Amino acid sequence: MNILVCISNVPDTTTKVKFTDNHTRLDTAGIQWVINPWDELSLTRALELKDDASTGVKQVSVAHVGPASAEPTIRKALAIGADSAYRVNMEPADSYQVAAALAEVVKAGQFDIILCGIESSDYNGSNVGSMLAEFLDLPSVSAISNLKVEGGHLSITREIDGGKEVVTVPSPFVGIVQKGIAKEPRIAAMRGIMMARSKPITVVEAPDAEALSSFVAYEPPQPRAACKFIDPDNAGQLIELLQNEAKVI
Amino acid sequence: MSVIIYAENWDGKFKKLTFELASYGAKVAEMLGTSLVAVSIGKVEESELKELGKYGVQKVVATDHELLRPLDSKAYTSLIAQVAQKEDAKVIVMASNNAGKSIAPRLSVKMKAALGSGVNKLPLSTEPFVVSKKVFSGNAFAHLSLNTEVKIITLMQNSFDLVAKPVEPEIEQFSVKLDAADVKTQVKEVQKHDGKMLLTDAEIVISGGRGMKSAENWQPILELAELLNAATACSRPVSDEGWRPHEEHTGQTGKIIAPNLYFAIGISGATQHLAGVSSSKYIVAINSDKSAPIFEAAQYGIVGDAMKVLPKLVEAVKEIKTK
Ligand SMILES: Cc1cc2nc3c(=O)[nH]c(=O)nc-3n(C[C@H](O)[C@H](O)[C@H](O)COP(=O)(O)OP(=O)(O)OC[C@H]3O[C@@H](n4cnc5c(N)ncnc54)[C@H](O)[C@@H]3O)c2cc1C
Ligand SMILES: Cc1cc2nc3c(=O)[nH]c(=O)nc-3n(C[C@H](O)[C@H](O)[C@H](O)COP(=O)(O)OP(=O)(O)OC[C@H]3O[C@@H](n4cnc5c(N)ncnc54)[C@H](O)[C@@H]3O)c2cc1C
Repeated sequence: MNILVCISNVPDTTTKVKFTDNHTRLDTAGIQWVINPWDELSLTRALELKDDASTGVKQVSVAHVGPASAEPTIRKALAIGADSAYRVNMEPADSYQVAAALAEVVKAGQFDIILCGIESSDYNGSNVGSMLAEFLDLPSVSAISNLKVEGGHLSITREIDGGKEVVTVPSPFVGIVQKGIAKEPRIAAMRGIMMARSKPITVVEAPDAEALSSFVAYEPPQPRAACKFIDPDNAGQLIELLQNEAKVI
Repeated sequence: MSVIIYAENWDGKFKKLTFELASYGAKVAEMLGTSLVAVSIGKVEESELKELGKYGVQKVVATDHELLRPLDSKAYTSLIAQVAQKEDAKVIVMASNNAGKSIAPRLSVKMKAALGSGVNKLPLSTEPFVVSKKVFSGNAFAHLSLNTEVKIITLMQNSFDLVAKPVEPEIEQFSVKLDAADVKTQVKEVQKHDGKMLLTDAEIVISGGRGMKSAENWQPILELAELLNAATACSRPVSDEGWRPHEEHTGQTGKIIAPNLYFAIGISGATQHLAGVSSSKYIVAINSDKSAPIFEAAQYGIVGDAMKVLPKLVEAVKEIKTK
């Protein structure tokens, strides 16, 4: 069984995002790029499954759609433990293009489990995983909080409104992961970093899929009104304000 | 030509969220000079379907099939695509929730229709069709142009007010042909916490952080939540410590919510926490440290010890409830 983990390359969560060219483009100066936190967790889970010989997971690969400048992030995934990597060489403009490109990687390989994160922390789309499944005409399971392989079968826990469900699907399938999939992200050890240098990154040509949408401008969030402070000894006044001023209770 | 909403139901009933979508859809239909159609999937009584008419739905296309009882994103997508074609839909609107997030992207690929997900207000323009959405975990909003003939939108919860627009809707039963082989997901086991207010549905959320010090100290938060019909939430360290269940963790790596009112109690206001709650209409912060960053995100604040402030809030709420 082989697993493909799709990884998005995103600004570190503490980065102050800024825009240039009259608010039409992300200013990449000074940005620290990292693996999208969810993708780090799904990579961790994939490696845990590979470590357990009873699962029959043999290979864990990662795929990224982006230009060569993303290679440090891909190398990091290899250092954490992925066996090989694919990079589709393009600057995607929307999630549709990303999914179309990932579909080419999946078609050319032999993957049983394809994992995506629930959301990329840059464009907050929550789109790519389900789009990829539709491109490939594969089943998908969303909001996965646990993934097990037992006796060659998949056992998946997914979150539903107000609870959880344990489901099975035939492989190959696309899994969209969320909290719970792994506890802590695995970090690269020195040995992993050394080994990553010689692991292969296969560069794939961009498919000719056009973007369907375009980001035309950005704006900072509306500044919120300054905080109104209420005397702690008279805390009840807060409730009155919420009722009569904000009108939310 | 039409605008279509996917009117999701929960055990045969619609929620406020469904009516928000209808109100939004009615407005978009007005902008485009066309009519509003709702698609309903599952067992819903005709009287309930008619409720959609209160918010401007002119026609309801209803379908029920036992194979469609559990959500299967592939089967739902193919069904909604059929209705969209039949009704010549120009814009399809869904909620930005579990169901919407698993159907809309598939529909986008199937219909080759541009998708704007997590949209927070009415389209900024219709020619070109530009929507606004949160990006970079709430640190910015983007204007996204949807460049195909058919457009799909998923709408953030609580981002559009209900607008009454009563009409008598036409109800059409739509039958689908489905094969058991089309439905791939098999459910083996279900665990539901019944009766609990869902975090993602709640209009008021009371959330505690590490400043609450221990699981035992949660009592006044639970009491306040009960009184206000609110859901409870927490910061990540709190669920990591096991003081509260994991489902309650909000933030970048937890739940992303947008209630009308969010109480952040003993929460410092780290960017990763705010990423999950910054779309709340009002944030109330209670923190003993006057310089905690949460006060920059809040509209109302109390600087003080949560354990002293909370009982006073409970009292004050009891008072207004008895009035
Ligand atoms: C220079 C540059 C500029 C870009 N400009 C834009 C832009 O203006 N607008 C825009 O929408 N996008 C842009 N992108 C692409 C962007 O980084 C995202 O990859 C893409 O938009 C998907 O974002 P999303 O929020 O929809 O992803 P989501 O659907 O939220 O992502 C969910 C999951 O999909 C997978 N995934 C997402 N992106 C990738 C990827 N690139 N490679 C592999 N797996 C992935 C991951 O598993 C992720 O957890 C740009 C990329 C580059 C390199
Ligand atoms: C990749 C990544 C992802 C993350 N994702 C998330 C996420 O999704 N959600 C999340 O919450 N965090 C997340 N974090 C962690 C985040 O950075 C913060 O560490 C966390 O939010 C802090 O939780 P807190 O505010 O409860 O605790 P603290 O930061 O310890 O704050 C406790 C607050 O309580 C106040 N306090 C103390 N005593 C009292 C009292 N008696 N009365 C009132 N106030 C009091 C203090 O002044 C302080 O402000 C993430 C971190 C990383 C690196």
